[in-house]
Amino acid sequence: MATAQTEIRVTPEIAAEHGITSEEYGRIQKILKRDPNITELGIFSVMWSEHCSYKSSKVHLKRLPTKGKLVVQGPGENAGVVDIGDGWVAAFKIESHNHPSYVEPFQGATTGVGGILRDIFTMGARPIAVLDSLRFGEITATKQTSEEEAAKNRRILDGVVRGVANYGNCFGVPTVGGEVVFEPCYAQNPLVNALALGIARKEDLFFAKAKGTGNPVIYVGAKTGRDGIHGASLLASAEFTEESQQKRPNVQVGDPFTEKLLLEACIEAMKTGAVVAIQDMGAAGLTCSTCEMASRGGTGIEIDLAKVPQRETGMSPYEIMLSESQERMLLVAEKGREDEVLGVFRKWGLDSMVVGEVKDGGLMVVKHHGVVVAEIPAHPLAEEGPVYNRPMAEPAPRKESANDWYKFAPDGTDLTENFKKLLSAPTIASKRWITEQYDTMVRTNTLAGPGASDAAVVRLKESKRALALATDGNGRWGSLNPKAGAMHAVAEAARNVAASGARPIAATNCLNFGSPEKPEVMWQFSQAIDGLGEACVALGTPITGGNVSFYNETLGKSIYPTPTIGILGILEDATKVLKIGFRDEGDVILLLDGAGGENLSSANRAKEFSSSEYAKDIADIVAGQPPAIELAAEKWLIDVLVTLAEQGSLQSAHDLSDGGLAVAIAESCFAGNNAGASIVLPGSDSAEYALFGERGARAVVSVKPEKVSGVVATAKKHGVAVQEIGKVTRDNQLRIEYKGRAVVSAPVNALQDVWGHGLERALKLQ
Amino acid sequence: MKFGVVVFPGSNCDHDAFYALGHVLQKPVEFIWHQSEDLHSCDAIILPGGFAYGDYLRTGAIARFSPVMKSVEKFAAGGGMVLGICNGFQILLEAGLLPGAMMRNVGLRYICRHVNIRVEQTDTPFTHGATGGQILRIPIAHNDGNYTCDEVTLAELEKNRQVLFRYTTPEGKNDAAGNPNGSMGNIAGICNRGRNVAGLMPHPERAVESALDSEDGLVIFRSMVEALIGAAKASA
Repeated sequence: MATAQTEIRVTPEIAAEHGITSEEYGRIQKILKRDPNITELGIFSVMWSEHCSYKSSKVHLKRLPTKGKLVVQGPGENAGVVDIGDGWVAAFKIESHNHPSYVEPFQGATTGVGGILRDIFTMGARPIAVLDSLRFGEITATKQTSEEEAAKNRRILDGVVRGVANYGNCFGVPTVGGEVVFEPCYAQNPLVNALALGIARKEDLFFAKAKGTGNPVIYVGAKTGRDGIHGASLLASAEFTEESQQKRPNVQVGDPFTEKLLLEACIEAMKTGAVVAIQDMGAAGLTCSTCEMASRGGTGIEIDLAKVPQRETGMSPYEIMLSESQERMLLVAEKGREDEVLGVFRKWGLDSMVVGEVKDGGLMVVKHHGVVVAEIPAHPLAEEGPVYNRPMAEPAPRKESANDWYKFAPDGTDLTENFKKLLSAPTIASKRWITEQYDTMVRTNTLAGPGASDAAVVRLKESKRALALATDGNGRWGSLNPKAGAMHAVAEAARNVAASGARPIAATNCLNFGSPEKPEVMWQFSQAIDGLGEACVALGTPITGGNVSFYNETLGKSIYPTPTIGILGILEDATKVLKIGFRDEGDVILLLDGAGGENLSSANRAKEFSSSEYAKDIADIVAGQPPAIELAAEKWLIDVLVTLAEQGSLQSAHDLSDGGLAVAIAESCFAGNNAGASIVLPGSDSAEYALFGERGARAVVSVKPEKVSGVVATAKKHGVAVQEIGKVTRDNQLRIEYKGRAVVSAPVNALQDVWGHGLERALKLQ
Repeated sequence: MKFGVVVFPGSNCDHDAFYALGHVLQKPVEFIWHQSEDLHSCDAIILPGGFAYGDYLRTGAIARFSPVMKSVEKFAAGGGMVLGICNGFQILLEAGLLPGAMMRNVGLRYICRHVNIRVEQTDTPFTHGATGGQILRIPIAHNDGNYTCDEVTLAELEKNRQVLFRYTTPEGKNDAAGNPNGSMGNIAGICNRGRNVAGLMPHPERAVESALDSEDGLVIFRSMVEALIGAAKASA
């Protein structure tokens, strides 16, 4: 290269500080046919970071099913896209922002939401919904968690929730659902996984492929500052130590108002027809957007950093290229029509500047005041990074015996007090305190917001259809059996979508794991991928995108392996959305069971039950195995729920998950304006197993008496067993009888109080 | 008859108001860009919810200086009908078209939920289709809805019957228990002395279809439509 004007000479030590191994450094020298300068090293270090390059996960991700007849765009673009009919497509994707949310909860969460929204509207799709899947350490003192730690976790939760709320509320997209889960392992490493959904006309989709030699490259949006430098490489691609709080300057700062302007301006600019390609500047900022657009388009690209709008003076090329300042986009316009594009951004009061052009030859050339400061072949940089098939090792089996498993209470024990304790546990309790801080209704499409249905449901004003979305994950089960944990996550998300009446059609995944450099973690990862693949094939929900988040560990301790799955479904008739709340007195309550019951030995019941939320909350036991999963049974149940919704034969539907049958019934009572229920369960084993066991492929539905026989017939036709278990009442009583005795009996409003305020009490707000 | 919905760059309930008027009520409606001083000869102006210019300063503090607000002020002074919803209400307060100010919600948190408000006055173009004391179930979604003013202003508001809506319980009995944000006198919405400018924090445009859980917001828009029809007849 002619004129490298950089003061710092790159040495192997400096490369190592950038997280570049000596083998990777050799690869850089081979690509460049010389030593890199410091700017180039910075560029390689972010592009080849775990976060951007997927170097440890690539070999495994290949095993995921990504094709299907509705899939318009699979993994590899800014978001996955599926066909939702009548010429409309849906773009959706989930992404993690875990480490930033620990270091600086508010900004970390807020920029997580901002980043995923940009991924959606970069595709030309207007965002219509956001879901957030959040995991925190315990917020009340327990044996494993001191009061000081619990207080810290409460502060993290507060910051994250405010951050999520801040961005979505101001941007004007409803935050309609997600999950909030508490486990000790997330104390030093909360999980903030944000999912966004958008819609577009199929012909209006945009892709991030630079095309047309001589076409101008335009920078739009917020000015570039020194924030977020090395966010992707140092923050997201390394584990935490005691000094991690010092990484606060690496966290980006969000500005939802600017993002709102960027959305409107981008959509308007796209409509001019003068935009050729567009990509947001997320992780690795200007570096990633330039080389990826060139690489995907098979072109070169040249930019001059002096033209980049800057927030402060004196920024070096290195800093400009690596900045992760938010709310920025890079686009390629048609030559000669740049003024049309620039005019739109001016109208919205945003900076926009031609910073370079598309070139032949495949080189990414970065100049600063006309002097070349980096010159790298774009394709090898973006696509030929290192790929590792890292060593894997199955951890030694846990030494467990029946003594470690849950011991069921004797027949006839009154379980009401335990039930109340379970209902008040933060993971089970109402999340109203959190979700009321989110604008769940803006754009007036929300047919089912948080807690109303098993999935969030938003209508499409342009058609008769609605879209349903659910996110699920179960880290505790993942830690006991990573493959089964992953399969359950898919099954539960799909079941949730079906319980809203929608047919599940596609998935997105956020894979949160520990350090890939640990063979046990890689084994967990590989197992989880196998589980995801199998479940997604069986349930007909191909994976259209997502992200991998490794290095979720602090001081050497990994989180539970936690794949979070988002599943999208289509509801053909938006008026037929199913909700969880019981309705009229006298409605018959049915239990649908895709597997047609269980036939475990009582030892295996105890083993399975030891992995339940109840065992954790009541007996402080986390052991055993997750329930066995039967994908065929899950599929049958999904088909039945969708069919019954289409027929309009159900009054309510609610799947069984955390806390089992008893919690599902109680939630249907609460959501039904404190309806009561009188339940009689035929007994075979322990009442605790029957009430709180978490075996999948099951749902509780309520039906008008005259429709029971039709529902039973439909279910049987699909191979799903039906049990009539009780009736909806309006006497303010929830009564569950097992083997002829009431095992739970309490006024609904008393149960509603412990469930409704459980989270606020745990947060010490009440 | 034509409605105008003002679009500030950070408005995000503009489409919802437009949809409620144009689609649900099938009335003519247009967007008006914040940099325009031309109100397109609209007969009623809606200032919608959102975050007009980001609201990083005080809510509505910058919006009141926008070009469109000059025209809205003139329009209001001439007796034109102006309704501010949520951020629109905040802007009307900042612009001095309505008395008082907004503080952060008690509890210092954003709140989005359905609330109950009671119609206190029906002799305004915004409420004459309702019955006095009618309870409306309408969502709120705001950070700054804690209405406040000095004692003299409050006395004036009460004396002139300018309080149009008060937070209350579903039964309409214990107003304080239904107040979500600490607002003075449980005030959810007020009008000016001329009764042609009104603002409220709840979002009636989010309660216009049964699919959205409530249709109680319709009465406000329908009242405005009828008032415009009445005005047209009177001038004919």
